[in-house]
Amino acid sequence: MNFDLSPLLLTFKLAATTTLILIIIGVPLAYWVVFTPRKLKYLVEPLISMPLVLPPTVLGFYILLFFSPQSWLGNFLETFFHIKIVFTFLGLVIGSVLFSLPFMVNPIKAGLQSFPQSLIEASYSLGKSKRETLFKVILPNIKPSLLTGIVMGFAHTVGEFGVVLMIGGSIPGVTRTASIAIFNDVEALNYANAHFYAGILFVTAFVILFTLNILNRKTVKII
Amino acid sequence: MIIIKAKKRLITSQGSISLEVDFKIADKELIALYGPSGAGKTTILRMIAGLTDPDEGFIKVDDEVWFDSGKGINKPVQKRRISYVFQDYNLFPHMTVRENLEYALQNPKDYNLIDDALEMVHLTALSHCKPDKLSGGQKQRVALIRALLHKPKIFLLDEPLSSLDLELRLKLQDEILAIYHRFKIPTIFVTHDLSEVFKLSNQILILEQGKIVRAGKPEEIFGQEILSGEFKFVGNILELKLEDFLYIVTVQIGHNCTKVIATEEEAREWRVGDKVLVAAKAFNPIIMKV
Repeated sequence: MNFDLSPLLLTFKLAATTTLILIIIGVPLAYWVVFTPRKLKYLVEPLISMPLVLPPTVLGFYILLFFSPQSWLGNFLETFFHIKIVFTFLGLVIGSVLFSLPFMVNPIKAGLQSFPQSLIEASYSLGKSKRETLFKVILPNIKPSLLTGIVMGFAHTVGEFGVVLMIGGSIPGVTRTASIAIFNDVEALNYANAHFYAGILFVTAFVILFTLNILNRKTVKII
Repeated sequence: MIIIKAKKRLITSQGSISLEVDFKIADKELIALYGPSGAGKTTILRMIAGLTDPDEGFIKVDDEVWFDSGKGINKPVQKRRISYVFQDYNLFPHMTVRENLEYALQNPKDYNLIDDALEMVHLTALSHCKPDKLSGGQKQRVALIRALLHKPKIFLLDEPLSSLDLELRLKLQDEILAIYHRFKIPTIFVTHDLSEVFKLSNQILILEQGKIVRAGKPEEIFGQEILSGEFKFVGNILELKLEDFLYIVTVQIGHNCTKVIATEEEAREWRVGDKVLVAAKAFNPIIMKV
């Protein structure tokens, strides 16, 4: 029997892209939320965690509304930049980044909060800027939190369903990820296919979480 | 010359106090900030360093104004060229001893200074160890030279030796003195150990409830102008025993006990546990309450 590998490849491509973007925005965002004295953070913090409690369809619905060609923003992007968000891979990435944001930001936030302020002050007293202190002192010491964020961000994107279905619309080879392919195959009573995708996702998720636990156990707590 | 005027409201375990200090530090001075805990000693160091902002005040080092609440000047800690040695060392745990020192260098080309510094405190052999492999004394030595490699204009030490045992403390006091004599950087250190005050400082500021209550040379402060003793130690009275017409006073100085004689009049003023200064003037040791 020949299995179509494209949903799996698409899933991992989406997860990798999403994770990369999440690292780039997650670290500064977590740093800002932890260290800013501004009250605005009390508004931003719950917004970051919203995907934890909202049904994915809500997020998908709003993204669909905001970026559809009929909307002001979607129309603007398409007319001036020829960028389509809805039913494209780019749309999936945007949805996944928003949806997996708390899984990246929250572990890093916890790492930063438990990092001793005195070590930060020691670095400042040696004339080092905030940026240098972040990269050379803080981040190397909160590796377990970073790793947890990266792995959870990745794994959560692999397991996404609702958002991806709403924004992507299950177009084979373009937006049909493994989780959606399983749904389609079950609907079509195509159990062999569903087993194939489901088994691979199951094993992958287990291996990822198992490795994360082993790695974080090996990291000696130094703080 | 360093000028420090600062006011700040502090919340301490004894309630809220108003920290109000105004003092100057001449070049090459080694100042001890002495006082009970909660008096505001650490806050003063932190305000000089730029880690804590005074409510109002003025801090000037040489020709640079570091803080002026009137003009809204507040140089960030990174720009102040201070060195701060913390009570709990604060070495970076993910870096080796050498990497910790390299991190402090202003100019990466100065790496040969690191070898000198390591040699000065006899840590060359441990330069590739992570801090968690070092003893408390070794960690504090690394912290001391790391602070120096930053080439500070002022050296701030916050109870640098308080978590070490006595023997190590005495040894590191010698090393701090040696460092001070070599670099002649104006230095302020916080302590509540009187023997440290006598051994290290040439000026003392006594702080109580956020105010400087006395300032001067340690001998003057403690009323020992008459002393020009060859040795002096601070210790605690363990026992007062009357033998015929003289008292034998047993004083604990560090790990050692010393017996000193005192007249009945003198001894009447003292109690077991009192902190005393034992000094030798010419040949006869004298003892007095501090």
